[in-house]
Amino acid sequence: MSEELYKEMAQSIIDGDSDISTELAKKSIELNMHPLDSITKGFVIGVNYIGDQFGKGEAFLPELVMAGEAMKAAVAVLEPELIKLGGAREMMGRVVLATVEGDIHEIGKTLVGTMLSASGFEVVDLGVDQPADKIIGKALEINADLIGMSALLTTTMVRQREVIEELDKEGLRPRIKVMVGGAPITRDWVTKIKADGYSEDAIGAVKIAKELVGKADQ
Amino acid sequence: MSSKNIKTISNPKLKLEVLTQDDIQKIHNATLHLIEKVGVRFPSKRALELWKDFGADVDFTKKIVRVKPQVIEDALKMAPPAYKLAARDPQQDLQLDGNHVHLGTDGCGVEVIDILSGEKRTSCLQDVRDIARVADATEEVAFHWVAVSAQDAAVEARGLHEVKAVWDNSTKHVQTESIYNVEEAKAAIEMAALIAGGRDKLRERPVLSLMQCTAPPLGHDGGSLDAALLAAEVGIPTGFMTMAACATTGPTTMAGNMTVGNAEVIAATAMLQLAYPGAPVFYAAAMTASDLKTGAYTGGGPEDFLFGAATNALADFYNIPLSMGAFATGAKEPNWQAGIEGSLSSFMASVVMSDMLLGCGFLHGSRIWSYAEMMMDCEIFSIVHKMMQGIEVNDETLAMESIANVGPGGHFLGQKHTRKHMRELFMPQFMDRRPYSEWETKKDDARDWALAKARRILKEHQPDPLDEKVSKEMDRIIKSVEK
Repeated sequence: MSEELYKEMAQSIIDGDSDISTELAKKSIELNMHPLDSITKGFVIGVNYIGDQFGKGEAFLPELVMAGEAMKAAVAVLEPELIKLGGAREMMGRVVLATVEGDIHEIGKTLVGTMLSASGFEVVDLGVDQPADKIIGKALEINADLIGMSALLTTTMVRQREVIEELDKEGLRPRIKVMVGGAPITRDWVTKIKADGYSEDAIGAVKIAKELVGKADQ
Repeated sequence: MSSKNIKTISNPKLKLEVLTQDDIQKIHNATLHLIEKVGVRFPSKRALELWKDFGADVDFTKKIVRVKPQVIEDALKMAPPAYKLAARDPQQDLQLDGNHVHLGTDGCGVEVIDILSGEKRTSCLQDVRDIARVADATEEVAFHWVAVSAQDAAVEARGLHEVKAVWDNSTKHVQTESIYNVEEAKAAIEMAALIAGGRDKLRERPVLSLMQCTAPPLGHDGGSLDAALLAAEVGIPTGFMTMAACATTGPTTMAGNMTVGNAEVIAATAMLQLAYPGAPVFYAAAMTASDLKTGAYTGGGPEDFLFGAATNALADFYNIPLSMGAFATGAKEPNWQAGIEGSLSSFMASVVMSDMLLGCGFLHGSRIWSYAEMMMDCEIFSIVHKMMQGIEVNDETLAMESIANVGPGGHFLGQKHTRKHMRELFMPQFMDRRPYSEWETKKDDARDWALAKARRILKEHQPDPLDEKVSKEMDRIIKSVEK
């Protein structure tokens, strides 16, 4: 019975169907299945499958994003139950994401957030036009391992440096690692502002984030 | 209707008018005037005697034929407007009906960039086999020309070895441009009959078609004419290709060059119809401009592209299919020039729906075969194929529900509508859209990936072989010509 349900869970992720993944998560609770089992034996199997397919070039970005969103929806149902049982999902790390002050471009950052969540990070996405104090404040509040900052304009990417300088001034690095991204960001810029990592796309960002939290092999 | 594992352009959404009806009529009238007053050279005893019988003014000494316009026009009306090119695998038959553009390889190359060593060397029979096998596996290549010359095969039967090498390695249709004498034509017809199931079946299942080059200006090759007449007799589709080049073998002006080429093509086509009314024929052309510095046939450049689009207007005017040269380039390796010339020539010839689009795989004015170039040319064809589908506008494609779901801001990657339609977006095989850092570590590009694909196909692809009895019988026929 539960084997069947695990299969359906995985399939709901592969199909990127948040409605069905939510429904299956609720059903598993009614059936008194352990939320951690539902995650690891059911939904995660689907995430891994889509990830593999993507790696082989057989699945595309929309499928990856939809799988991520369906996963997020299922976890949102299961997590409160898990906490009630005194357990917790194994978490890769906590991340604060934001587009820097003066910049309202966010699709890249949002994608990074979806990919990080799907890969087991706990992500707080502050949205766009975020000043340094808001970003750092949130990082301290949730005890973040990582700050991820996005900028699309050469005129706003300088704000990434401001946040890093502020973190250094307050002695928060290397406890909090910083990754940056956005179309104008180059390796030279990353070196110049002494960021810890960068990626040119959302898939690469997950790899970098795992490296920065010391879990590159997971 | 589409053929198995073959990507063909059909139901085009784009249009291009290079010549007005008035322009076409002027070229036609000028052509008829040339054929009547200046004449066309037919250096074949049989052709000259036929023309005499058809009432033409024949100069047997100079081998020049002058024909009244009405005779040419009446003859051309007998040509079938649509027919099919049969393939060894009937599911890969190709419709020549004005609603399909089928890609073929280029032909008659003399050198090959070796697929393994990367060294340039003289072409041989094994190359004909290997190229056919790679082409068989691609969905873009719908039919074959004999890509390179089998220079290690006996001269008197070379064209036959080549045709068999292609049949041995592919189930797709073969159009040969390398059989241009009576002996080889007779043998090739016998060989084709073995596949079709008899000489009388060739009209219904022409697994071979013949392309003959004209000898511009205003001339033909005797062997070609005789071979074409033999093919037309049994219903093997036959076409004459003009390669008139502005400023050398044709006048400098494009309209004049087209008229010279047109006179060659329609005079010979009319002869086939008069000899064998209703024989399947096609128009063929690869006109270009000569290079003013070297006199070379350029194969590429804006004149070439315009000829590519204009020729189909003439073929349509005569209501016969067209086999159009494209992808010609003077580039010495797969590069900027090869990309431009391949793209624009294939686009211009496709947008007007040339029935057969020749030419993938060559460099240096159709002399050097490159597998990488072949694969990249195939991708160019795929791009043109996608463009020809145009933009579909309806409730589903307007995506109103999806847009409302997302609203201002956000993104469409998570929408079911995206998932449903994403595979309609073009997915390139050889375009570099990777992050810069990934390129930086590998420094590879389209040429590497294209070559890798060709190598993989050559290693893995096993086409359905020829029936063993048919193959042995073909060998016997070839031997009899060699003696």
